[in-house]
Amino acid sequence: MKELQGSLSILKNVNILAYLMKGVAFTLIISAVAVIIGILFGYILAIVRNYCTHGKYAILGKLAAIYIEVFRNTPLLLWIFICLVFVSTPKIFQIPMLGLSSVETGLLFKGIVALTFFESSNIAEIVRGGLNAIPKGQFEAAYSQGFSAPSVMIHIILPQVYHKIVPTLLGQVITTIKDSSYIANIAVIELMARTRQVLSGAWQYNGLNQVNVSDVFVLFGFAFLVYFVIDFALSMAVRRTQKKIA
Amino acid sequence: MGGLFSAYAWSKVWDFRMGFLTGLGNTLLTALLGIVLAMALGLIFGLMETGRIKALVAVARVYIEFIQNTPILLQMCFIYYALAFSGNSIGIVPTGIIALGIYHGAYMAEVFHAGIGSIPKGQFEAAQSQGFTYMESMRFIILPQTIKIILPPMVNQIVNLFKNTSCLYIVGGMDLISVTYSFVTGEKTGGAYSPAYLLCGILFFLMCYPLSKMATSWEMRLKRKEMAAVRAAGRR
Repeated sequence: MKELQGSLSILKNVNILAYLMKGVAFTLIISAVAVIIGILFGYILAIVRNYCTHGKYAILGKLAAIYIEVFRNTPLLLWIFICLVFVSTPKIFQIPMLGLSSVETGLLFKGIVALTFFESSNIAEIVRGGLNAIPKGQFEAAYSQGFSAPSVMIHIILPQVYHKIVPTLLGQVITTIKDSSYIANIAVIELMARTRQVLSGAWQYNGLNQVNVSDVFVLFGFAFLVYFVIDFALSMAVRRTQKKIA
Repeated sequence: MGGLFSAYAWSKVWDFRMGFLTGLGNTLLTALLGIVLAMALGLIFGLMETGRIKALVAVARVYIEFIQNTPILLQMCFIYYALAFSGNSIGIVPTGIIALGIYHGAYMAEVFHAGIGSIPKGQFEAAQSQGFTYMESMRFIILPQTIKIILPPMVNQIVNLFKNTSCLYIVGGMDLISVTYSFVTGEKTGGAYSPAYLLCGILFFLMCYPLSKMATSWEMRLKRKEMAAVRAAGRR
């Protein structure tokens, strides 16, 4: 019982709670950036892979296909490690900000780059699924009305695609939030890493001079709860949008 | 470029080949046993979810929702630390197998659930009228019919499981990713980034790509068959 009380007292420590909640904020920021840029990039990849199949642009279609397949069939952590070495941080991210040191903002930048590359390949396949579900007649009808190829895409096809893929895209947001925890492997910034960090120092905070198994349960229980509340809310939204479409 | 075109860097990788093979072996072992566990859990919880006993349905729903809405890395770390700090450590690979099995089991359960749900009710009723018990009708009538439908999403889960073996790194695993990273950052072996990452990426790609390709082509064939059936029904 003494152990459990000690563990709970860790979470009652305002500084630690603030430290963890900042981790939650970073998890959300990382995921939001990765999803927003990933959607942009994913749309481009999907359109290029699907429609640049003939003539001089065929090479672009091939490249998009290779990009998508390579990223979808290798682990995120590999890309995080690769970005760690091969991505250089621009000057504006080499300064301390948001309570992070300049080294940490650099790592954050590299982690986000890796996550964005990785998620955009998944989003591209979601968009492609939507594109393939649009009946051919839609293209033909639009062309017959004198629309140019780009405006067919922008005004006729993409709005329909977007409508179809909203639930799957929301599902990908859940995946991205979960995947963002892989950044814990290179830096202590987001929730997953901060939870581990607090656990490793738990012996100072629980007043018992050693880490007990109850600390694991309390601290990880907190992290589980946060991830669950965010992701479960999103999965409810997935279901609601699915029903709307059907 | 981190030594992509340097013979010296490649020779370092070659000298370390046994290390990479060990890592690959660990990844394969973790993945294969993880797949077995995930399939077993998926089947059990999938059946519970489709059954009529409300308490079992609730248990299955809680398991699926909880596991699917939290990161595998957190689950893996939790199991590892909970065992370690209670003095019951079982080693990194067994912990990984359990964590991956539980995580992907939740997805497999949904796959089984959807597969069984796609079988027309008449099949259950017909089986029952022939005197099959619930378990027998599942085993001999329903599940064999679901295989075609559940195979593609199941194989996709297997691909994800392969990729998620990388979650072992955080607790100091000896899987392919971890071995690669300790190779490129090691004091004696360090520096050969490009060749090592390229090798690691190719190995993962070789494990995953054939599977995902297979899943996609099965899915396409299934869809075409459905379309053909719809057209045939239209002609009649």
